[in-house]
Amino acid sequence: MNSLPDTATSGPEKPGPAVGGAPAKSGAPAPAGRTRRHRDATLPPWAFVVPALLVYAVVVLYPSLAGVVYAFTDWSGVGDFAFVGLDNFRTLLNDDRALESVSNTLLLTLAVVVVQNGIGLLLALGVNANIRSRSLLRVIFFAPAVVSPVMVAFLWKYVYNPDNGAGLNGILGALGLGGLRQDWLGNPSLALWSVAAMVVWQYAGYSMVIFLAGLQSVPAELHEAARIDGAGTWQRFRYVTWPLLAPALTINLMLSTIGGLKLFDQVYAATNGGPGTSSETLSTVLYKEAFVFGKFGYSTAVALVLALFVAAVSLVQLRYLRAREVTA
Amino acid sequence: MSTTATTPRSTAPKRRPRYGGYGLELVMAAVAVVFLFPVYALVTLAMKDPAQIADSPLSPPAPPTFANFGNAWSSASLGPALLNSTIITVISLLLLIVLGSTGAYYLARRARGLGYGLYILFLLGIVLPFQLGMIPLYKLVDDLGWLGTYHGMVLFYTGIQLPFTVFLYTGFIRALPQDYAQAALIDGCDHRQAFTRIVFPLLRPITGTVIILNAVFIWNDFFTPLLYLGGSGKETVPVGVFSFVGQYVSDYGLVFAGLALAALPILVVFLLLQRYVIKGFAGGLKG
Repeated sequence: MNSLPDTATSGPEKPGPAVGGAPAKSGAPAPAGRTRRHRDATLPPWAFVVPALLVYAVVVLYPSLAGVVYAFTDWSGVGDFAFVGLDNFRTLLNDDRALESVSNTLLLTLAVVVVQNGIGLLLALGVNANIRSRSLLRVIFFAPAVVSPVMVAFLWKYVYNPDNGAGLNGILGALGLGGLRQDWLGNPSLALWSVAAMVVWQYAGYSMVIFLAGLQSVPAELHEAARIDGAGTWQRFRYVTWPLLAPALTINLMLSTIGGLKLFDQVYAATNGGPGTSSETLSTVLYKEAFVFGKFGYSTAVALVLALFVAAVSLVQLRYLRAREVTA
Repeated sequence: MSTTATTPRSTAPKRRPRYGGYGLELVMAAVAVVFLFPVYALVTLAMKDPAQIADSPLSPPAPPTFANFGNAWSSASLGPALLNSTIITVISLLLLIVLGSTGAYYLARRARGLGYGLYILFLLGIVLPFQLGMIPLYKLVDDLGWLGTYHGMVLFYTGIQLPFTVFLYTGFIRALPQDYAQAALIDGCDHRQAFTRIVFPLLRPITGTVIILNAVFIWNDFFTPLLYLGGSGKETVPVGVFSFVGQYVSDYGLVFAGLALAALPILVVFLLLQRYVIKGFAGGLKG
């Protein structure tokens, strides 16, 4: 009874004691007979993971831990610092700029997640159809995702030109919709949404390709069966396609939410948080606190808040979205 | 998910949906035209002189001028910037492939106990926003005297992208049969030989994905190179473009010629490899 599970688990890997002694060159002095020792000899040694672990520890683990510690200090980047308890977080709760950045970050993320994935899904349904231009369209819609966000932001700064004849305002004028012209980035109540639209333009194609891979995994027989059972187009989408898109939806929501919470490049290049503090996000605030105002301790406290948001959202999404995934 | 993402057309006739037709074709074409407006503005403005831009910002350039491109190339120092970006991206990718694949090989084959704990530790790095460690890391790189150097940037990208790379490789290696490497070990290979000769060649598909996803990220990354390389003469393309735009902000023709030239290399690579790139982005996260 004792040896039965043992041989069952090591069976496929253990060629038997006769062969066990043969690999003299394999480095480890594998003595015949001991099953555990022999199993270990075919597993990769420590040396495989050590270089990766070292680099990861130096670049990510140590700095992140240090960041958590600095969040509770008054460090200014140079010289000594003192631990100040929760002072940085109390400051944050009384800092209008930081508070506005929290709500801006959440609003921006919500807008990007909803609109980007909505448009991404519609585009995916479009390019998944039986139309001739599907390959070309797929390339066109995805292309902005491979371009640097900073460059996209500069391009959109022109699109959002307040000048009446140029960019989006020019188009609106030419279409006879001059009344809709806006100072897209200069109006405090619009700037954040203008940035959101630019992010959606860049990454809707990214959501599209993920949804498209999901759509292509829906077996045609299921649609066929639903059709025979009398399901209409909408019913087939709602009850066949949509449930099977759950894994793609999970990935898309995770990616766009985390991306939205961390958004920096586009805001920095397009508005730098302005006008006033109207498009300030957590990322731009923590950047300014550190590299403009030299408040490194406070800046890492803001970063810690951002990290907690990202972690909380990731966990909640994984939990709820994974639960509704089904397989074909 | 992952299997369909890697074999998109193999059963296309059976899978192709029945909806379609000219109506949808027209609608999608209209959507594409609206979508491409910023690109139209980019290309046409780049081919206009300031007077043309002031008179008719939206019409096609008549006649087109190409002077902006030459001026932008030299005033944005695009040549050196492209070289800097290429060096940093290529070396970082090589290190990511080597460290990521070997580390993942260990983690995938030792999926219990310490190996599992280490795997979770690496996954943590995907969720942690880099801003949390940004300032201590900046300080560390500064103390090492590595600000303004290629190796400072390479270290940063290798470390920051390792969790994701390890995640991709580990998922792939777990699905590989173990027999080949074990046979090689029994036949007298050591672990290094078994990995380089047997395992690594089997990783080709996921190595392609690792290259594509990391290359796009590293090539386009802006914030860290701005901090580490600003003013050093080793600026990457996005940082070079950023300071170029800041300097010539009112001259849209020149700025857009610079943006177009700066975006061109990655767009050309994307067009040449579009099937692989789209496949990498669509399926990469599922491994």
